[in-house]
Amino acid sequence: MRREAPQKLSDYGPLLFPAGMLIVFFVIPFATMIAVSFFKRDPAGFYSTAFVFDNYARFLSLFFGKVLGFSLFLAIAVAICCVLLAVPFTYLLSRSSRRTQVVWLVGLLSVLSLSEVIIGFAWSTLFSRTAGITNLLVAIGLMSQPVALNPSFGAVLTAMVYQALPYTVLVLYPALVRLDPTLTEAARTLGASPITSFFTVVVPALRNTIMATLIMVFIFALGSYLLPQILGRPQHWTLSVLITDQAIYQSNMPFAAAMAVFLVLVTLGLVGLTLLAGRKGEAA
Amino acid sequence: MRDILNAKMSRRGVLGAGAAGVSLLAMPSILRAQEKSLKIGVYGGYFKDSFDKNIFPEFTKATGIAVESVAEPTGEAWLVQLEQAARAGQAPADVSMMSQVAMLKGQATELWAPLDTGKIKNAANLLDRFVNKYPDGRVAGIGAVAWYITLVTNTDVYKEAPDSWAAFWDPANADKLGLLALVSNSFLLEVTAKTFMGGTNALDTEEGILKAFEKLAEVKPNVALWYRDEAQFEQALKSGEIPMGQYYHDVTGLAAADGHPVRSTFPKEGGIQDSGCWALSRASKKAEEAHVFIDYMSQPSIQAILSRKVGTAPTVKRELLDLTDAEFAAVSSDIEPIVPRYDLYQTKSDWLNQKWTELIVG
Repeated sequence: MRREAPQKLSDYGPLLFPAGMLIVFFVIPFATMIAVSFFKRDPAGFYSTAFVFDNYARFLSLFFGKVLGFSLFLAIAVAICCVLLAVPFTYLLSRSSRRTQVVWLVGLLSVLSLSEVIIGFAWSTLFSRTAGITNLLVAIGLMSQPVALNPSFGAVLTAMVYQALPYTVLVLYPALVRLDPTLTEAARTLGASPITSFFTVVVPALRNTIMATLIMVFIFALGSYLLPQILGRPQHWTLSVLITDQAIYQSNMPFAAAMAVFLVLVTLGLVGLTLLAGRKGEAA
Repeated sequence: MRDILNAKMSRRGVLGAGAAGVSLLAMPSILRAQEKSLKIGVYGGYFKDSFDKNIFPEFTKATGIAVESVAEPTGEAWLVQLEQAARAGQAPADVSMMSQVAMLKGQATELWAPLDTGKIKNAANLLDRFVNKYPDGRVAGIGAVAWYITLVTNTDVYKEAPDSWAAFWDPANADKLGLLALVSNSFLLEVTAKTFMGGTNALDTEEGILKAFEKLAEVKPNVALWYRDEAQFEQALKSGEIPMGQYYHDVTGLAAADGHPVRSTFPKEGGIQDSGCWALSRASKKAEEAHVFIDYMSQPSIQAILSRKVGTAPTVKRELLDLTDAEFAAVSSDIEPIVPRYDLYQTKSDWLNQKWTELIVG
């Protein structure tokens, strides 16, 4: 197929629908949010139209810096855990029989149908003292008495990895299925063990895919709001939890908007840096 | 030729009549004349279910006004939605049950249409503190129900009921408490002031509030869950996972009646009393129906039904009610309640919220 730049105005036609959708559902709401973030907060009521920097000034404090730092750390941890689990799993899956693949993929897709609320409450039951998995360990004699595993950082991380893992596998799957099997065969013929060939051939060949997957899971995890709240202590609450508190419970829209804008900017910045680093690495 | 012309005319006529008919049906005023209706917002879940079952059908029978009940979220979320909608001239609900902090915030933007007490003759039955007024004396809301937040415990874990809020500070209760996560709905500052500082007047000054925060910080190691969602704590309380905390007296009583091992105790410092008002959005076009509804709800007999079926405390004077002493004790208490300092959440809300968040998250 020949690719050429659009010649006439009508060649841009197919773009109209997605562009319109983007404008209506992303550009306009986001612009509104940016505008609101400069509005003046009236603590006794709502807000009035103005152009002030108070909301951003309030955000620039050590306290919110720490919360933002934790949110980014949590999202990165989830992304790394997901990729570490999903790459070997998906590789093995792509080498297995058609039937096995279908069963696993259907299973993963069905996890996607669970809402964050259900996942959160299910894990909080599994981690509970009264009905959780530690009761099983007590029953088989590994523990003397059941304990509560939540609220804790581990509980938050586990549930978030559980939630993001199906996405990770589904993003990696097409790339791994298309991966030329002769590459690993060549490596094996030259004497590499399966594990060596996985790390020296498969992983480098998938470098860009893995990078893109990391970024996708990172952004997905950054917006998490319910799981840290259900399974974590207050110090595990992400910035999204505090944004919701401001918007929904304190009716402080301008401050909530300012925090959200800041979060988006930091995210975009980090993603940009990652891509830049990737390009430099390729050039070297 | 003439025939064809005629045919065309008539076809156009049919189309025109159809269009007119459609627009006629679309005009809400005409439909409204045929059937009177009212959209009423009440807290979703158990509250809305019991209103749908015990209150609204009887109201429709008595007045001919159909009710569409709307599940509203607790906290200020509903206030935000009503306010945003009113700016666009819409009313997602005509009458809503609103908490006191939300009432005050709504007043600041004139969200509540002033009520005419001349049309609500039963308003005279109410206790004065349940009539919510604008600073200039116009009536913004009429007390719907009152409720208590009390000290709740799981009876399997705590054989003896604690008798004081001070139990929250007891080091023996490490990791055992479930408390509300927001300064403006947990009212824990007031509890601290009443329990340790001689009363809520101690919160008059910023120094006093900071002292209360300091005392409250000692509770942190005991808290296993700071909850926003009530279901989250209720479940943990019933199972004994989190065996102590603050919760609603009415819902706890119902859970106990269902056989769950929970109890609600009025501590000797008093339960936290909060209340909801019926308020009319300024964007509503159903002021007439709304007044009829609020009048209906202010009758002592209806208030008694609410106490018996929903478990809320009445907002009308005790002597007008036919509740027995036992029935009254089940929904209320003779111990002087802790009345929240609603004024603080209006004048100092952002400062309080910032300090509170730093306290529990930091």
